[in-house]
Amino acid sequence: MSARDKILGKLRAAQARPLPNPDDAVVAHYASLPRTAQDQLAQEFAEKITAWHAEVHTVPRGQWVDKLKDIVAEKGIRTLLYPPAKAHGKALEASGVAGLKPYDRPIDEWKQELFEGVDAAITGTRGAIAETGTLIVWPDADEPRLMSLVPPIHIALVDADTIVPTLYDAITAQGWSQGLPTNALLITGPSKTADIQQTLAYGAHGPKELIVLLLTGEASQ
Amino acid sequence: MSTQPLQFVPGSEFKRRAAEVVANPFLRKSFRGAMDFLMAKRAAQFPDPELLERQRTLAEHIRRYSLSRLPQLLEQLEANLVKNGVKVHWAETPDEANAIILGICREHGAELMVKGKSMVSEEVELNHAMEQNGIEALESDMGEYIVQLAGEKPSHIIMPAIHKTKQQIAKLFEEKVPGVSYTEDVDALIQVGRDVLRKKFMDADIGLSGVNFAVAETGTLCLVENEGNGRMCTTVPDVHIAITGIEKVVEKLEHVVPLYGLLTRSATGQAITTYFNVITGPRRNGEKDGPKEMHLVLVDNGRTQAFADEQLRQTLQCIRCGACMNHCPVYTRIGGHAYGTTYPGPIGEIISPHMMGLAATHVLPGASTLCGACGEVCPVKIPIPDLLIRLREEATHDAKPGHAPLVGQGAGKSTFASLAYKGFAFLYSRPALYRTFAWAATRFRFLTPSNQAGWTVTRTPLKPAAKSLRELLAERRK
Repeated sequence: MSARDKILGKLRAAQARPLPNPDDAVVAHYASLPRTAQDQLAQEFAEKITAWHAEVHTVPRGQWVDKLKDIVAEKGIRTLLYPPAKAHGKALEASGVAGLKPYDRPIDEWKQELFEGVDAAITGTRGAIAETGTLIVWPDADEPRLMSLVPPIHIALVDADTIVPTLYDAITAQGWSQGLPTNALLITGPSKTADIQQTLAYGAHGPKELIVLLLTGEASQ
Repeated sequence: MSTQPLQFVPGSEFKRRAAEVVANPFLRKSFRGAMDFLMAKRAAQFPDPELLERQRTLAEHIRRYSLSRLPQLLEQLEANLVKNGVKVHWAETPDEANAIILGICREHGAELMVKGKSMVSEEVELNHAMEQNGIEALESDMGEYIVQLAGEKPSHIIMPAIHKTKQQIAKLFEEKVPGVSYTEDVDALIQVGRDVLRKKFMDADIGLSGVNFAVAETGTLCLVENEGNGRMCTTVPDVHIAITGIEKVVEKLEHVVPLYGLLTRSATGQAITTYFNVITGPRRNGEKDGPKEMHLVLVDNGRTQAFADEQLRQTLQCIRCGACMNHCPVYTRIGGHAYGTTYPGPIGEIISPHMMGLAATHVLPGASTLCGACGEVCPVKIPIPDLLIRLREEATHDAKPGHAPLVGQGAGKSTFASLAYKGFAFLYSRPALYRTFAWAATRFRFLTPSNQAGWTVTRTPLKPAAKSLRELLAERRK
């Protein structure tokens, strides 16, 4: 008999009493919590993610490329990894930002270069969560997983209209269970650790800096 | 069940080790400071006790429901993982788990494995098994990396290097990492770890990770972390192997949300971690990164024994936050290493007997004052004090009729203790004999020995009063 059959056999032999499904209790719990008003979501998100050590720039939708140029200059970014097949990638190509590097071939062909020769990467997001100041990153073939992990600076575009109050809202409203990518991600601030004497240090293994361009219809702050 | 001689510390050794730490002011201060810090951070996350109670009730409900359908959920998880392209393996013992992982490594001619934090991999002594077979297994969580570099084991399930000061780590890096000079600057120390490990992530053939939650309905593995090393291990190498206990499965993604919220708040007092890594299969056609092959190893290692009993099954509700150890007055004083088990503290005292047998662990359920703090802070409401009492009983008695004995059942029986209790019962159930005894004990109290075996090791000797309670009452009535 295989280990699988033995384990499942032992579990079945215990004849655990069936217990009521928690689905309704989960729904009721989240319905009972106070909710942030729709017009406050962007502000709450920006405050929370700033508290997690991210840098937030609120910019009008049409002007984010200009802001990005400022950031590239200010941070001294020489190589910026971008997703060429995405709309924001195409906008970058058209803008003439210096040092653009497309993620256009499998990692296997350029792993060392990605690890050692890229200063920053820019990605889109599927949305964000106000309650915790969290990005919802949804990598796919055009915008691969490692973009938000390997380069020392991660720049993320968040459309203010896609911010939801809680993680529960995101999972239910966006129907996550109906179609997950190979690697969905929640990202809340730059990589960090407190493993040495509970002292907080940023840039443990992932990005040292997380920069959020929060796109709104309003004028730039 | 195969026990793990490498890390097993016999019962008598537990007391000796505990005494050593208690006598070490340096370690005492480290643990006290760290636990105070973690307790304060957790408390700040739960300002509303009524809300916390509702959250705990919900989390308990989800965990208990998941366990009530464990065999079905495991089969559903397996079917969906397979559909997503993940190979699923089952292991009853640590040896089986290691053999499976070794087999995968051999198939790929692997020489280097990078590891994200996984307590189950500690439980099965994976690093040891890999190194015996010529495969380097490198820990990449900063705390685990430090502990591995020092040739030690984690002393806490969330903060593995909590027993070490930055001065010790500075010295360790200076000695063990080529080209590094002594620095106590924490940012610089972390940068050293980052530089060393980035090269390893690039070169590794295999990435190994644990699992925080496995979702049956979607065939998804969720990993919780702050550093990004978990993401590196699950994304960069060509092969990703995840290892987890069979109890980690829940039915739906929606069920994960309340558990995740309580896990991070209870563990380190964070509302959320930097990364929540939701993995649903290996690299798909056309994708440019991610592992080309993915495996999940489901480990039993004694969990089915706990599952067989309705009360002991509650042990498996655990989501490994570590709050019970952070709040345990015993853990705070003796630290994680004294226990000699993978899981220290209250959760370790109730889960280790199932993994290692009571013969090896029968003293552990006694390493508690039963103050109840562990049960009070447990985010999934495991009644830890009740389970400690239950295991104390199982350790010192034969199995009750109709109950299958636990591994090592009755291993803690002592002839002296059972004679003493029998004598006590005999005396106290015979009034005439009891009165005679009480009269003699009060009159000849000067004969009481000052050495009273185990009692006087840390306490003053017991001595009968000059007059019994009955005599005092009789005098008052006069």
